[in-house]
Amino acid sequence: MSVIRERDVPRPLFPRPARPPAPPGPDTERRGWRHSPGRAWPYLLVAPTVLGMLYLLVYPLVRTVLISLQDFRLRQLIRGDARFVGLRNYETLLTDGRFWQVVRRTFLFMAVNVVLIMLLATLVALVIERLGRRGRTAVLSALVLAWAMPVIAATTVFQWLFHSEFGIVNQTLTALGFESFDRYPWFAHGPAAFAILVVLIVWQSVPFAAVTLYSALTTVPPELYESARIDGATAGRIFRAVTFPMIRPIFMLVLSLEVIWTFKAFVQIWVMTNGGPGDATTILPVYAVQTALSSQRYDLGSAASMVTVVMMAGVLVLYFRQMFRQEGEAL
Amino acid sequence: MSAVRSRLRRLPLHAAAGATIVVCLFPVYWMVATAFRPNRDIQSADPRPLPRTWTLDHFRTAVGTEGFGVFWRNSVLVTLGAVLLALIVALGASYAVARMRWRGRRAFVLMVFIAQMAPWEALIIPIYIISRDTGMLDRLPTLTLIYFMMTLPFTIVVLRGFIAAIPAELEEAAQVDGCTRAGAFRHIAFPLLAPGLMATSLFGYITAWNEFTYANFLIIKHQDSRTLPVWLSSFQNVFGTDWGATMAASTLFALPALAVFLLLQRHVTTGFAAGAVKG
Repeated sequence: MSVIRERDVPRPLFPRPARPPAPPGPDTERRGWRHSPGRAWPYLLVAPTVLGMLYLLVYPLVRTVLISLQDFRLRQLIRGDARFVGLRNYETLLTDGRFWQVVRRTFLFMAVNVVLIMLLATLVALVIERLGRRGRTAVLSALVLAWAMPVIAATTVFQWLFHSEFGIVNQTLTALGFESFDRYPWFAHGPAAFAILVVLIVWQSVPFAAVTLYSALTTVPPELYESARIDGATAGRIFRAVTFPMIRPIFMLVLSLEVIWTFKAFVQIWVMTNGGPGDATTILPVYAVQTALSSQRYDLGSAASMVTVVMMAGVLVLYFRQMFRQEGEAL
Repeated sequence: MSAVRSRLRRLPLHAAAGATIVVCLFPVYWMVATAFRPNRDIQSADPRPLPRTWTLDHFRTAVGTEGFGVFWRNSVLVTLGAVLLALIVALGASYAVARMRWRGRRAFVLMVFIAQMAPWEALIIPIYIISRDTGMLDRLPTLTLIYFMMTLPFTIVVLRGFIAAIPAELEEAAQVDGCTRAGAFRHIAFPLLAPGLMATSLFGYITAWNEFTYANFLIIKHQDSRTLPVWLSSFQNVFGTDWGATMAASTLFALPALAVFLLLQRHVTTGFAAGAVKG
């Protein structure tokens, strides 16, 4: 009984009357575990995690802030004698027309991706919910397969699908009578390359969003639908008045996750177009890495990274508010 | 009569379902189909959905690439290292969070949630510079550590849920029977945790196996320390227009992930999705 109670008692009543002073041996060790040094145990258990986070997340973040306030180029990288220059790097960035273009493009890229992903994912989720058991399994399996496709493999495959000469897309379009697509070099035209990246990212993101929204749909009690139908509501009205309000919390969570994950498109962009042609597919993280690692302007690149972090943090706040409203007891 | 009508009414639904399946599967199918197709078929004017003849040449080319075995080994080592490390560290942390009361617990959980959303895309530059300063560039342990940190928060969150779901009374009963707290955990809770450990290591494995950015920017000079994603991304530079070999390489790279996901499909589509959203 005392063992069960133990966790609730802040300080264990160590000198128990019934027990004689513990003899040396395994028993002491066992009791020591549970009692006097017991209060240190949780801290020991989380210490590796905290140290890891401090060294691998907090320290790099602080370093980004510092470098963005310094004059830090190749020379300083090698000799390590960077000096602080205040907000000069941010001034340089914010007065640079190219930087603002990149910021606008980042928002455009984010908006197009997120709207398409959420729209398609909701439709797919609704379809899955209405299917029979066999159809449902088939669609879910297909989604999972697309989901499991590694990013680099998918990117490579899409490059092959849209290959100018032997790509299946161009060959199909040409065969359907769109002669202008014969040997159309997708990756040489800015808007076309942008569109392919959007298609690729939507293709990779819809499965997660659709499966999650589907699992939210299954929690809507069927009685609600029935009573709405008896009241003569149309399908569109049922979705707006019954379904959507019920899945709204999960919908908002997925939405904010997808917004944050837009920045993960770095990989696809870097491998597929490297930000090109010209600047057509350069979004903020790509711009930051190009500035830092290709032009050796580590200071400007860090400043651009900080802008990215601030943008993400804004969305993150919304995400956490939604999440804690969803399950306040989680903490 | 009514059966026909209802079937007709459900036609758009089934068409939509069919379209979803085709759109999801076609790129995967086309990758595999190209990988098995002889070159003259790949570079023909009219592609067929099914290869006329099958060939393993492209796989031989891909496997025969210089360093293929080394890159494969690197990927496996880094992935396993990161997943195991994350599991061990997370097991302790999630036990402390789920089963113990201590000051700072809430703050710690909040930190884990924030770390899960860490802006890794924005930390490339400082991590590159830090690794360079500490002589950790071009080394696999660096990647292992970073992948460990990428997977750790999620692992803690999920394991915490699994541990909290095991009734504490089970362990307490074992403790009454003379087990130590650690012993009770090992003999009672650990076996019940097996599914949770599976699910989380699956996630860590996928993350680490696929990671490209850090592998690309932290492994620069020492080519023998590269991992498979970087190798695959540079495949076209090496092989130029040999798309058959490129697709064979992609297939070999994607196969483990596809297999694991399909095997664990039910976990992936139900609990896992919910867990991912809830954090």
